[in-house]
Amino acid sequence: MALVEANNVTMMFGGLKALSDISLSIDSGEIVALIGPNGAGKTTFFNLMTGIYKPTEGSVTFNGQELGGRKPHQICQIGIARTFQNIRLFANMTTLENVMVGRHARTQAGPLQAILRTPKFKREEQHTEDEALKWLRFVNLSDKANDLAKNLPYGAQRRLEIGRALATEPKLLLLDEPAAGMNPQESAELTRLVGRIRDLGITVFLIEHDMKVVMDIADRIYVLDFGEMIAKGLPKEIQRDPKVIEAYLGKGAEALLAAAQSE
Amino acid sequence: MSLSYLLEQTLNGITLGGLYALVALGYTLVYGILLMINFAHSELFMLGGYVGLGVLKLLSDPAVAEATGLGFLEPIQTFFLSGTFGFVMLIAVTFAVSAVVVGILGMFIERFAYRPLRHAPRLAPLISAIGVSIFLQNAVLLWIDSKQLPYTRADGSAFVQAQTAFNVGGVEVSTMQIFIIATSLILLALLDTFVSKTRIGRAMRATSQDREAAGLMGVDINSVIALAFFIGPALGAIAGVFNGMYYGSVKFNMGFIPGIKSFTAAVIGGIGNLRGAMLGGFLLGIVESLASGFVSNAYRDVIAFIVLILVLIFRPGGLLGEAVAEKV
Amino acid sequence: MENTATANKPINGPKAATRKKWLLYAALAAVLIIVPVVFQAATGLGFLVRILVVVGIWVLLALGLNIVVGYAGLLDLGYIAFYAMGAYAGVLLGQSVSDVLGGATYWAMLVPAAIAGAVTGLALGFPVLRLRGDYLAIVTLGFGEIVRICLNNNIFGLTNGANGLPQGSDQLIPPFGAIWLQDNVRFETPIGQFVFSQNLFWYFIVVALCIGAIIIIKRLDDSRLGRAWVAMRENEVAAAACGVNIMTQKLWAFSLGALSGGVAGITFAYVQQFISPESFTFMESVFVVCIIVLGGMGSIPGVIVGALLIRGIPDLIQGLAVAGVLKLPGEAISMITGYRFLVFGLLMVVMMAVRPQGFIPSSRRARELNPDDDGILADEDQSLWDLEHREQSSAHNP
Ligand SMILES: Nc1ncnc2c1ncn2[C@@H]1O[C@H](COP(=O)(O)OP(=O)(O)OP(=O)(O)O)[C@@H](O)[C@H]1O
Ligand SMILES: [Mg+2]
Repeated sequence: MALVEANNVTMMFGGLKALSDISLSIDSGEIVALIGPNGAGKTTFFNLMTGIYKPTEGSVTFNGQELGGRKPHQICQIGIARTFQNIRLFANMTTLENVMVGRHARTQAGPLQAILRTPKFKREEQHTEDEALKWLRFVNLSDKANDLAKNLPYGAQRRLEIGRALATEPKLLLLDEPAAGMNPQESAELTRLVGRIRDLGITVFLIEHDMKVVMDIADRIYVLDFGEMIAKGLPKEIQRDPKVIEAYLGKGAEALLAAAQSE
Repeated sequence: MSLSYLLEQTLNGITLGGLYALVALGYTLVYGILLMINFAHSELFMLGGYVGLGVLKLLSDPAVAEATGLGFLEPIQTFFLSGTFGFVMLIAVTFAVSAVVVGILGMFIERFAYRPLRHAPRLAPLISAIGVSIFLQNAVLLWIDSKQLPYTRADGSAFVQAQTAFNVGGVEVSTMQIFIIATSLILLALLDTFVSKTRIGRAMRATSQDREAAGLMGVDINSVIALAFFIGPALGAIAGVFNGMYYGSVKFNMGFIPGIKSFTAAVIGGIGNLRGAMLGGFLLGIVESLASGFVSNAYRDVIAFIVLILVLIFRPGGLLGEAVAEKV
Repeated sequence: MENTATANKPINGPKAATRKKWLLYAALAAVLIIVPVVFQAATGLGFLVRILVVVGIWVLLALGLNIVVGYAGLLDLGYIAFYAMGAYAGVLLGQSVSDVLGGATYWAMLVPAAIAGAVTGLALGFPVLRLRGDYLAIVTLGFGEIVRICLNNNIFGLTNGANGLPQGSDQLIPPFGAIWLQDNVRFETPIGQFVFSQNLFWYFIVVALCIGAIIIIKRLDDSRLGRAWVAMRENEVAAAACGVNIMTQKLWAFSLGALSGGVAGITFAYVQQFISPESFTFMESVFVVCIIVLGGMGSIPGVIVGALLIRGIPDLIQGLAVAGVLKLPGEAISMITGYRFLVFGLLMVVMMAVRPQGFIPSSRRARELNPDDDGILADEDQSLWDLEHREQSSAHNP
């Protein structure tokens, strides 16, 4: 059974159909990309999967569990973590604290234990910090553990968001344009990072405009345009798909062609 | 309970609702544009009542002319006290002065207490507004009077002898009630036309929809906000004068409760929505009046507050509020 | 959250730092004990102890509200309602059991008072905490008024309306020991006769309650819950995506704050020996908010200093004048009471513009209140509920 299964999902905003009749599936261990021009509905799909919106029609399941109607924190609890297109860090917390918050769903200590400082509480706190440090090393930020998140350079903020998401121990990681605003060197590094995440057994579903990143890393690609699914398949197929090229006509088409040629 | 009692309570409710609607417009205008609750608005309503009282006394209370010893007041008062024309002018001047003075004060408050906080967390302007509110209340308490002041001349005569009631099908209707309801409806209609038909009104709407975009389109945001802070308090002041005339007195803390209720009215109608504020005002006035007539007068405020809480919980967008989505 | 800054340990090692900390605590304890004793002993200064008791109760109140405003970032304008619930619940229940419990009544009633506060907090919080910040402020304000009006209207025939409690010749029994100490501990000192007065007794109780509250709050702050509070204050959407149940964390803050208000309420009732709706007006709520805003949101020293300044100084001047130490005409004394609200109002406006973080700020709150850019600000203002319920969320177009 597929890890993620979306069946005929439609999302309306007032009169605007942001997604219409979308079906897709993702298997465990895959890296799947969701691409499409601006305003195609990609982020909306992520928001549906993470409890921010409820689909107008259709359903999305994760491990066989229906996602519609669940709250964002419950979705984190069952193993889906995400990053945001416009970075959302806890700006005035340190890098380490940001990742420690990511441990929230995997820890239990309640206020009473915190007040009494029970041994269990202390152990859990220590474990939280150790785990957070581990994930900071994983995203290569351990030297910045005590910096405020808002003072990190842009690329580091993106990595911190990924680190925080990983700390929630997800089975599925949703990345919304992780390479946006990165230089080629940084996006190459990011590509390797995503590979390492997959090596941990975590399934990755990413939205990305940088075709080089997508073509390098994605096992399969879904393409959205104006809320409709216009293509799906292997990177190679997508690159040659006339409908995709048309949807991207303009700057995107060249990028796609360039990426195709560089292979 | 008789039908005429029901109708009478409803009429009282509509009158009250007219006042709420006028005050609610101030909340809704400001919230629409700045997304902030102008907590001091209720104090501007209160000040409107005081300014009105001052003007009325100055222009039509012989005792004041005597006490101040200002010789020129006497002929002025003679004019305002003689005949229907003088009376109409007296009322018109009172409302105009009160509206303008309080409107200017509103702009002044915006300029100094709120504008510096436009790029601060939402809590900051709210706290600042609470500060302004406390300041104004206590300023009146300390510098004018801590006691209730009668809305009459020194000899106890009312400025407007409009409590005379006439009987319509068994229901007592006073001219004051008609005056309040008619004026509030006219003002509401004028404001509605102003906002939808004039250039500056359109600028206001544009600003409330997207302040940044409106700014880029060449709308002078600061003047639009200043205008909202003039119109809202000016309407509030008119309601304040009415309130004084209708209930016969003013007090430093008289704004607090009607203020919250008018805010409730604005929320009921969908905050940011002018017509909604009017609708909400009348609805709340009627509900409150009926509740006080048929349920309990001692708990009328409690009932109004419960309405507020229920509306916010179950319909925070109000009855006429449009859905606006924020993007993630 | 201080513990997490592992890399910034002081250079002279943790041991020296701990010793320093304990020395500081010892000094503080000495001051807390000696000062009131000296006041009590010095002829004519006994009233200062009373002022300290009142200030202490307000510190407790402000510490409680600070959990809500300072830590969870929720503005509660009806906080005094929980204070009232604690006071009335404790007094009413206490009256029916005081025959049995006698001097233990106050101690026993701390529990129901705390529960009354917390349960009211939960009952109100559950439906309203999802609301956007400024709506929450108005709803809580409305709730505070509802409670006050109900008390004033002698609801269920329990509260004796505006005349307050206890009724008639009933009295609230002082806690064990208070009377004995007053009768037996008295001796002459060079500065006057020392009597272990009931005020002094209450002073120690109130200080103990405050210290307890501070320890609890500090421990909560430095825990999973404290981190969740910061996270949701800074970015509710991201916090939820990290698995933080926003509603639960807000409810914790709200009910813990209310609990502390309830404890302060019953203590106030017993200190004052009398309660009436007049003590629970909107202005009192504003008073507590003022203490927090001026002292420093989210900062414990800030809250204490705020209470000392705002509650203590006007009382002090008034007390000194009454005691004849300060030569003030009677008119001036009543002016102080009158003008303080005027000054607070003005201070709130000025503070928001100049120093929104308060006199003694928490460093994190200071950064949050002076945002670097509008992006961070917009995230802070965005609530999850608004996003989820976009159909119902408010329109802002007239
Ligand atoms: N909350 C909302 N309310 C109304 N319309 C929305 C909302 N969220 C998204 N939309 C609209 O839905 C469409 C899809 O938006 P979405 O953000 O999903 O696009 P996207 O594919 O992520 O684009 P981009 O590449 O620019 O991030 C857009 O037209 C957008 O304006
Ligand atoms: Mg997007």
